[in-house]
Amino acid sequence: MQKSVIVENLSKSYFKKEAVREISFAINENEILGLLGPNGCGKTTTIAMMLGLLKPSSGRVVIHGLDIEKNRISLLHKMNFISPYIELPKKLSVKENLIVYGKLYGVKFISERIEYLSKKLRLEEFINKKTGELSSGQKNRVSLAKALINEPTILFLDEPTASLDPETGDFVRSFIEKISKEKKMSILLASHNMDEVKRLCKNVLMMNNGVIIDKGTPDDLIKKHGKRNLEEVFLKLNRNNNELK
Amino acid sequence: MSLNRIIGLFLRHFFLIKSSLPRILDLIYWPTIQIILWGFISKFFTTYSDYYNNTVGVILTCAILYDFLFRSSISFNMLFLEEIWSRNFTNLFIAPMRISEIITALVGTALIRTLIGLVPAILITSPLFGISILNLGIPLFFLFLSLYIFGITLGLFVSSGLLRYGPAFENIAWSSLFLLAPLGCIYYPIEILPDFFQNVAKGLPLVYIFEEARSILVNQVVNYTNIKNAFILNGIYLFIGIALFYYSFSQARKKGSLINIGE
Repeated sequence: MQKSVIVENLSKSYFKKEAVREISFAINENEILGLLGPNGCGKTTTIAMMLGLLKPSSGRVVIHGLDIEKNRISLLHKMNFISPYIELPKKLSVKENLIVYGKLYGVKFISERIEYLSKKLRLEEFINKKTGELSSGQKNRVSLAKALINEPTILFLDEPTASLDPETGDFVRSFIEKISKEKKMSILLASHNMDEVKRLCKNVLMMNNGVIIDKGTPDDLIKKHGKRNLEEVFLKLNRNNNELK
Repeated sequence: MSLNRIIGLFLRHFFLIKSSLPRILDLIYWPTIQIILWGFISKFFTTYSDYYNNTVGVILTCAILYDFLFRSSISFNMLFLEEIWSRNFTNLFIAPMRISEIITALVGTALIRTLIGLVPAILITSPLFGISILNLGIPLFFLFLSLYIFGITLGLFVSSGLLRYGPAFENIAWSSLFLLAPLGCIYYPIEILPDFFQNVAKGLPLVYIFEEARSILVNQVVNYTNIKNAFILNGIYLFIGIALFYYSFSQARKKGSLINIGE
């Protein structure tokens, strides 16, 4: 299996605090890798280093065979990211936002791409509305459209279904599942929704205090720890880790 | 550099302005009020001051020039602040944009914002006060260009601070020009300043620009040395501003401010 992303001994320290410590993993082509961990465990820091937003203290991130630190701009053409903590400009219409990001990512046929994404993500009815006037479910689909505007081969999804109603959440999950298969994307999914992770991810990394404390397929992890579901595994690992700390 | 990406960032701000009448009115309102106020002050000084006697419009012309500087600098900062306020900062920095493209796009967009605000204000000076800034002649172009470069440079300094220290630096963005105004000798000759401040002021292009404007309007003499000095100093400050912006970006990547600002 071709590895799209390789993370090697990645560390980040802020002043004297180590946010991420010597983590290594890889994401294969056409794989959704889950990244689980409590708030503040280093997930966002890890994603930020993979996106080139943050300079690692040591280690490296290799994407499609190239080091992100040395090839940041060219690799960013092939990547994208959504997070509930960042937004698109509220005063711009959905279409205007997609035009802007289409331009920024150098998309050749922007109108066609927007039309395609509008259909796929059901944006047509509010494409000319201001982004700030949309419901959270609609905003989420617009963010997803922005994240797919450049047809990325690597996608970072940080809690992509947070605060969505079950119907929209299911729509987004099904969409991610479908598009990752169709486009052979490599996806890193950070989520607190264990059912979502179990449904979408082939493999899972469990993080705590900046290190990977366990990894494997969701079923293997459940079996290995003798638990009924991934949530119980998550709780057990974190409690053990906190006690050790 | 990619023209497509520069246009993309320009469009982000163009869409924002064109869709909002209150935003356009806000851009026009302050320069207009400022110019009207200085118009009356100018009229008063022209009548009662020996220095400004029979030199209609010196103060008002300098006020317009200073406002142009103020607007270009604030416009540059505003474009950066807009990204922070709209929580779009991270989206922008994970797009494949080079720093040079960001600076170029902001320089162009800031000029348009500045002109939207200032052109109506300049147009009303003629019917209201019988003064035309065009009386400065060809040197006017160089004075505007010089002021624009300095405004952008100040914008770069402040944006570097925003990149490095985040929204906490916002207040500096608003006050940066007020700090320089007394040393810029906008409405008075440099000799008014105490010796120490005169030496400091000579290191600013503003002194030469406003000295030149007064020289043309009061003495009807064009002194290209002033213009040349202003451009030389501008070149030095612009170089430092760009270098500082690159350095701040690199520091922001090290310290994690690009993520903290964005959330």
